[in-house]
Amino acid sequence: MKEIVINPITRLEGHGKITIFLNDKGDVENAYFQVPELRGFEKFCEGRRAEDLPIITTRICGVCPVAHHMASAKALDAAFNVEPTETAKKLRELEYVAYYIYDHILHFYFLGGPDFVVGPDAPPAKRNVLGVIEKAGLEIGKEVIKHRAYGQKITGMLGGRPTHPVSACVPGGIAKALSEEERREIETMIRSCVEFAKFSLKLFDDIVLKNADYVNLIKSEPYTLKTYYMGTVDKNNHVNFYDGKVRVVDPNGKEFVKFAPSEYLDIIEEHVEPWTYVKLPYLKKVGWNGFIDGVESGIYRVGPLGRLNAAEGMATPLANEEYKRMYKTLGGKPVHATLAFHWARLIELLYATERALELVTDPDITKKDIKNKPGKPGEGVGIVEAARGTLIHHYILDEKALAKKVNLIVATTHNAPGICMSIKNAATGLIRNGKVSDGILNMVEMAFRAYDPCFACATHFAVGEMPLEVEIYDSEKRLVKKLRR
Amino acid sequence: MNKLKVAFYWAASCGGCEIAVLDINEKILDVIQIADIVFWPVAMDIKYKDVEAMPDKNIDVCFFNGAIRTEENEHMAKLLRKKSKLLVAFGSCACDGCVIGLGNLWNKEKIFERAYFETPSTKNPQSVTPQTHLKIKEGELELPKFYDTVKTLAQTVEVDYFLSGCPPPIPSILQAFEAIASGKLPPKGSSLLPTKAVCDECPREKKDRKLHEIKRIYEIEDDFKTCFWDQQVICMGPATRAGCGAQCPKVNIPCTGCGGPAPRVSDQGAAAISALASIATDPSVIEKIVDPVGTFYKYSLANSILRRKIMK
Repeated sequence: MKEIVINPITRLEGHGKITIFLNDKGDVENAYFQVPELRGFEKFCEGRRAEDLPIITTRICGVCPVAHHMASAKALDAAFNVEPTETAKKLRELEYVAYYIYDHILHFYFLGGPDFVVGPDAPPAKRNVLGVIEKAGLEIGKEVIKHRAYGQKITGMLGGRPTHPVSACVPGGIAKALSEEERREIETMIRSCVEFAKFSLKLFDDIVLKNADYVNLIKSEPYTLKTYYMGTVDKNNHVNFYDGKVRVVDPNGKEFVKFAPSEYLDIIEEHVEPWTYVKLPYLKKVGWNGFIDGVESGIYRVGPLGRLNAAEGMATPLANEEYKRMYKTLGGKPVHATLAFHWARLIELLYATERALELVTDPDITKKDIKNKPGKPGEGVGIVEAARGTLIHHYILDEKALAKKVNLIVATTHNAPGICMSIKNAATGLIRNGKVSDGILNMVEMAFRAYDPCFACATHFAVGEMPLEVEIYDSEKRLVKKLRR
Repeated sequence: MNKLKVAFYWAASCGGCEIAVLDINEKILDVIQIADIVFWPVAMDIKYKDVEAMPDKNIDVCFFNGAIRTEENEHMAKLLRKKSKLLVAFGSCACDGCVIGLGNLWNKEKIFERAYFETPSTKNPQSVTPQTHLKIKEGELELPKFYDTVKTLAQTVEVDYFLSGCPPPIPSILQAFEAIASGKLPPKGSSLLPTKAVCDECPREKKDRKLHEIKRIYEIEDDFKTCFWDQQVICMGPATRAGCGAQCPKVNIPCTGCGGPAPRVSDQGAAAISALASIATDPSVIEKIVDPVGTFYKYSLANSILRRKIMK
């Protein structure tokens, strides 16, 4: 038995390790995807003041702090039995879609995109954002930096700070209203972001979709997984990031269940394995049947592709056109091709910008009624769609409004079983007769990168992103080959 | 002139410090003019092995973020100390332990119990927990050890400078780059943040500052201009180092203390409690405080006189 260790994996938020075992023929016997750290937020949030939870939990992740801030704020709304004012809801959602703008740009241009733009087996030194800029041009590089910065800036204007915002930690509202001057400034930035999102989709079109090899790669078996899908939808079953019910479809695309946040414990359970710090969620009614896909397995996927599969369309016109085009191109719903996450992410970027424009031009947005009075503290669940998938915060508060119990199920955690399987499938499909190259191993990594995983979130643990090193041992554990990049 | 060799690393952290470095936006292009980035796992494919192969003191300055939660974090702190001329504790986790340090109110066993047994969505009838060494049929799998106690960087290795904040303020990051590039650095052991408290940067108007009772932020009708203490709300501003521009009070939320201890303060929580005691009009006000540890030591428990709770 040979063992290949990819430690650490790269271009993601967080730390992960892949161990691949080869049999005597050099084919893949098994592959493990491990998440090596934990921080323990669920424990140390106990005893904290309710209003501190939207501040403490942002520190689960500095890449998607706004998602934790809003899930937490909504859990407090529910726990204090108060509905935010219309203006507060719109301000929160505007802050929220601005976060999507910077986060989805970050993933496409810095983390996942280089595999396509520069190429999956390009030299490792080029497979990064600088390689993207080199290929696409410095002017485009500057546009990328500018629009990511716009997303950060708008989040900061509404949330107080771009990373670890604070303004929604008042149950029933938001702490700061928007002035007309600020509104105009935001509108100008958003209009530019809409154009940039359109440009990004065109770039994807030119570089990926017009290349038959890439389209075949997207559709290929090693990157296909037939699972259930989960995402939040509005009353028309259109994708919504900030609010709505959570819809699950089965591997055939049929609605399996639609639930309110407070019902999540009836739908989701988490399994524990001794070889990883991350927990493995599954649909309770189907059950945990190991790492297999299909209708009989409770494994489901979330995030951009999960959301698009779980919905029936996008709520804004341009994004909805792109939505229809994606399903037409990839052969109807649901799409099981893991690499289609990248396309779905760009469609969501366009939706985020269109939705931001609707909100920032809404006459309510500068109104001053930003807070409703909270009721007595109790229990509450808040759900939002983080960029990487459904995010659940569940709090039980005592009579002094201190946290008694906290449960968190975080975007990448939902995807952890799917990621384990995608990696095994990709390894099995790509490594034959013990033949391994840097390009092949990068293509194994592409299987997780599509999810834009955030393992800081997934285990509320510690991040660290490491370069790749592979050691291959023979059955006597002698080192036979070492690959580095 | 030789370019500076700069490294960035993350240990037990959230990634927000990396985002803060990205938030200098196009100025990163200026930084690249004067510095070669020789290790930055978020952006570049340079490996542990490459760092291990470097001569000692090869890196001019290493910005280290994250707390020390696991044996891997500790190993990297020691390695980077050895390889770096200057080691900067970057961000609240590395400087003060940040909210991760609140884990010191429990230990590994209690944290595992909650995460893997108790949480209502977890189904774990065999009471499985992650193992550092696990034999499986194909071989063995390893995970790094999770410590009982969170430590700061300076409790693990010698630190030259501190740049606190969660994340550190962007203007201070840029000033720190300039100071290092020009060699105009303060004495070793200094903070690279401004020598003032958050109150000094806060636009809110201070009145008589008498504390008759304690209210929670969601219980007041904020007038959007008066000091939170005057509105009977606890604010960490007086005990917290500035540099952030009082961003939180500017959106009507009290300071929660992420900048760490104010200048000349060694224990941030004690300083805040002392400030509170000096303006309370009656000892009974103290009884109104709920969760003193989480309120006063939210970001600095691991770096305080208290450090951790004794587990019996």
